[in-house]
Amino acid sequence: MKKHEAREPLFHIVKRAQIPLYQGILIRVAAIVLALLTCAAVFFFLTQKSPVDFYRSMFNGAFGTERRIWNMAHQMAILLCISLAVTPAFKMRFWNIGAEGQVLVGGLACAAIMFYFRQSVPLPLLWVMMTLASILASMVWAIIPAIFKANWNTNETLFTLMMNYIATQLVAYFINVWVKSGSGVLNPMPDAGLPKLGNAWTLNISVVAVLTVILYIYLRFSKHGYEIAVVGESENTARYIGVNVKKVILRTMMLSGAICGVAGLLIVGGTSYTINANSAGGQGFTAIMVSWLAKFNPLLMILTSFLIAFLQRGTNQVSNDFKMDNSISNIVTAIILFFIIGCEFFINYKLVFRKPSKEDAT
Amino acid sequence: MNFLSFFIQAVRTGMSFLLGSTGETLTEKSGHLNLGIPGIMCVGAASGCLAEAMYLTSVGGEAQANKLLIVLIPILVSFLAAMLLGVLYCFLTVTLRANQNVTGLALTTLGVGIANYLSKQFSNGLLPFASATKYFTAKLPFYETMKASPHAFVQVLGDIFFSYGVLVYLAIIIALIVSFVLTRTRTGLNLRAVGENPATADAAGINVTRYRYLATMAGSGIAGLGGLCYIMDNLNGNWEYTVDAVGWLAIALVIFTIWRPNIAILGSIVFGGLYIVGNYIIGISFQNKELIKMLPYVITIIVLIFTSFTKKKEIQPPQSLGLSYFREER
Repeated sequence: MKKHEAREPLFHIVKRAQIPLYQGILIRVAAIVLALLTCAAVFFFLTQKSPVDFYRSMFNGAFGTERRIWNMAHQMAILLCISLAVTPAFKMRFWNIGAEGQVLVGGLACAAIMFYFRQSVPLPLLWVMMTLASILASMVWAIIPAIFKANWNTNETLFTLMMNYIATQLVAYFINVWVKSGSGVLNPMPDAGLPKLGNAWTLNISVVAVLTVILYIYLRFSKHGYEIAVVGESENTARYIGVNVKKVILRTMMLSGAICGVAGLLIVGGTSYTINANSAGGQGFTAIMVSWLAKFNPLLMILTSFLIAFLQRGTNQVSNDFKMDNSISNIVTAIILFFIIGCEFFINYKLVFRKPSKEDAT
Repeated sequence: MNFLSFFIQAVRTGMSFLLGSTGETLTEKSGHLNLGIPGIMCVGAASGCLAEAMYLTSVGGEAQANKLLIVLIPILVSFLAAMLLGVLYCFLTVTLRANQNVTGLALTTLGVGIANYLSKQFSNGLLPFASATKYFTAKLPFYETMKASPHAFVQVLGDIFFSYGVLVYLAIIIALIVSFVLTRTRTGLNLRAVGENPATADAAGINVTRYRYLATMAGSGIAGLGGLCYIMDNLNGNWEYTVDAVGWLAIALVIFTIWRPNIAILGSIVFGGLYIVGNYIIGISFQNKELIKMLPYVITIIVLIFTSFTKKKEIQPPQSLGLSYFREER
């Protein structure tokens, strides 16, 4: 062999066709363990305190008391609800990153009904009105970008992103219309809240649990679910087998919006009884990651939303215990997300190393 | 309402948007929708301010500081810190081919967190950096001569064109350079090819990975300067936690100016004006102020819809925007 001949590179990347289930799980668990170790290292770097304190504080924040467990379960339920909402759209490869705005608008509609009708309308009717208004408002918010995507192929990622900030300003506008003092804070209206089943959190949690199962069945076993999957895989194939792509896009985004409306209803009508521009609290964006991490499978999303909710509650406690405000919470969440995002590579691809040639062997 | 002072303020505000959007345009031209820009701008702002505070502390106050270094150090640190986040984004999306939306959003979370942490260190036994902002907003030397001129016309000309700080001019120069590189050089042509159709670019012998890395890293660095500009120039060194809002507006500006940094120079002034006009209208109600803040996003959507109506190729988003490239994929 001549010296100047180009050598085969040390390794090259090959796409995997299929990976055994246990191997996939193993890679993900390894990624989470590595991520937690990295977080502890970062924590040590920032505070010079023992990493054991870090883990203890995290678990304490998530599972320390019965109330904390409920709080975490509730946070997980809301996050799961929004993740369910974005999932049908993502499965269709419609990058709906406007869940934040869709949830806010749903919550705004709910708050408007509560604000204007709570004195004049009997409670059960008010609940129905709140529910319908939330769902309808979010549907409208979601269908606007869908109409343009379906007819003119307008970039939906950028469109839905912009709709978020319009929703934020809309909420700020209405709060200033309603609150004459200019304080920008709408007083809670608990008298108009949704009914309680058991304690303060059970209603929300049960609604989301039911939704999860329904959505799983819808995506897995219904004709609609099949059409969504085909459109996502290849629009041309979908057209070839006679799927009306436009109709599927519109219908799926209406569904996506409707579930966002439910999330808005649960946040405003079922939990805080008021609204502000930050009511969705970035969960619309976090939900994108929850859904994506679970490979758009509603049942797996229970796991991923648990992971994120645990991280958020846990790191909140860490920031309380070590007086670090919310920066540690953001940093830790991001580190863990990066590891999970990164490990997908090793699930989808494998590295094939150069086989040692005869020359190398001798 | 004093139109002149409104215009000057609009330009100053707009330039932080311009830096952010120039960086994002460069990144998007390589096919990467970097939604981490808001986080990157936060880090750019916080690291630059921290570097300034540390420099001032080390020399013992602004009086002893070198007039050049006092401006140069924050700019360099801000650029490098933002670029580091760009490297992280590239490693995940280019090398590991991760989903760009998810990675970008996670990067924004990280950036906001890091910036909050860094901003806590400002008060940690360091001298305040706000005193140094007068070097950032120092006007050009011949501005005073023009103001002293007996002609009102020359005075106004001085106000409109020469009354800004160094970062404002830097923003315009960077935008012009990026615009020139993108449309008039072979490097720019290759970069656009990578963003439109990486497989074709690869077949033509262009190193897709290198172009994507370099474009995203440079873009992140430029965007980081936008964060620094926002704090040091617009807010006169008062730290604020709302830098990420500027980042989202910068992403909107990219679309509003149809992926062209030279148009963005004017577009950013429009955005800057809309951002602050509420403070200049006397007797405006709180609610209408909020409606005005909505306008940049509304007109961005209108532009986005318009670009999709006309099928003109020159004003479309890069064709493979948001998609990872894997050579062996069919």
